[in-house]
Amino acid sequence: MTSLPEKLVCVTGAAQSEVARPSPRSALQLTADACLAAIAEAGLDVSEIDGIATYPGKSSEGGGIAPVSPSEAAAMLGLNPRWILASSEGFSHMAPIFNAVTAIACGLARHVVVFRTVAQASARRQARASTLMVGGGDRVDGNNAWTVPFGALSPVNTFALYAQAYCDRYRATAEQLGALAVSSRAHAARNPAAIYRDPITLDDYLAARTISSPLRLYDCDVHVDGATALVLSHRDASRDLRRPPIHLEAMGMAVGGLWTGQHEGDFTSLPGAARAGEMLWSRTDLTPGQIDCAQIYDGFSIFVWLWLEALRLVEPGEACRFTEGGHRIGLTGELPLNTGGDPLSAGRLHGYGHIHEACIQLWGLGGDRQVAGARTAIVSNGGYGYGAMLLRRE
Amino acid sequence: MIRKLPRLEPDTAFFWTSGADGRLRIQRCADCGTWQHPPLPRCAECHGEAVGPEPVSGKGRIASYTVNHEAWLPGLAVPYILAMVELAEQAQLYVFTTLVATEAEARTGLPVRVSFERHEDIWLPLFRPETP
Ligand SMILES: [Zn+2]
Repeated sequence: MTSLPEKLVCVTGAAQSEVARPSPRSALQLTADACLAAIAEAGLDVSEIDGIATYPGKSSEGGGIAPVSPSEAAAMLGLNPRWILASSEGFSHMAPIFNAVTAIACGLARHVVVFRTVAQASARRQARASTLMVGGGDRVDGNNAWTVPFGALSPVNTFALYAQAYCDRYRATAEQLGALAVSSRAHAARNPAAIYRDPITLDDYLAARTISSPLRLYDCDVHVDGATALVLSHRDASRDLRRPPIHLEAMGMAVGGLWTGQHEGDFTSLPGAARAGEMLWSRTDLTPGQIDCAQIYDGFSIFVWLWLEALRLVEPGEACRFTEGGHRIGLTGELPLNTGGDPLSAGRLHGYGHIHEACIQLWGLGGDRQVAGARTAIVSNGGYGYGAMLLRRE
Repeated sequence: MIRKLPRLEPDTAFFWTSGADGRLRIQRCADCGTWQHPPLPRCAECHGEAVGPEPVSGKGRIASYTVNHEAWLPGLAVPYILAMVELAEQAQLYVFTTLVATEAEARTGLPVRVSFERHEDIWLPLFRPETP
């Protein structure tokens, strides 16, 4: 397996800007904050960065989902990159990471900074509709034409279908789903960078308003302004840096039906995520039982159950019982889950908060939320395209 | 309820105007018989180009549903029910829709039938519980 490209790549730096709702700093400033901090964290000089990538790039669509292009960021950082990428489509928001891995393994770049910036809190403050899927113009077209005319104005409506089908098939309860939000908030309480840090109880969860049944307020992520940056380096250039290199043990990727509007499966699982999981486990000797912490995409809480099963961390239909009560997913549990509390509490950084948190845990920098002796972490990302990574500290 | 209507485009207009004669049409491949929705320029199963609209029974079952309670836009009347209907013609042939039913009636597996609601040049295919 040594010929796999990810075996040649390590994470050497990871950092976040402030995460706020909203931030007074512009998206470009937040991007610079995160990139410079990640490069400093790696112990590199900015001049040593020869590649830069982001998801998705810059879009005129607004809504703060795509506010910064990699060219803008490179210019601001004074980089002269040999390799640059804006990945607007691909295997979830992790696509620029996977592409950076191949660029590094092929020798196109040695140290790549990958960033993800969102400015959705600021955009939303200007116009609430900007984060909805209604688009401009009198009529709606493209993929949204299949959902918006019927009243599905937010992604929560689509993913609520998964939650309802899952709950009906496996007799999962609101209390079981609520355990995820309660656990996430308990972890956020120990994360100084989280947005919402006051603990909530299951009663608080159940008393909060329903957004799109069975999903309630605390099942949904929080729009924020913030940026995350990672430095990926060739293994040979990862020694003697500031932090011990985090090996990219394996990656898995797939695109899914929802991307094109064609649905696959019966809404009780994410078949695309399962394909990503299958690919991931085929590229490592590690097994699901050897994972010290899991940072599982939770743009909506239901994703956690679907991803846990897709990654074979639990059997199909068992995730709801596994997470019940929160004991097994707590910081001292069987599988500490979403240890930074993101994004149900720490903010919607589009899965990059999860990657950052995995690095924090593997470097032992988790402070009050540190998982003792964490050496391996699994990270997943996405609800349309799917990406997963297995990270390992030496 | 506030309706944002779909733009009529060459490949998909048939779906949005199908209700003019009271029948729902879905794209089907003449070569291998596969139904597909949303429509595509080729059959994703056999890659043939002999795809075109064909009437369906308008019957199906609720594969899943959600009751939307959030008034996303000013004046949006809530709650309303969104659903994924699995059409009777083929397993996992889904149409996303509004379910015109009470919250008590909504459940996965519920047999439903299409019913059209006209807005300008669009006949929106909504679904209602099938009455025996
Ligand atoms: Zn065909």
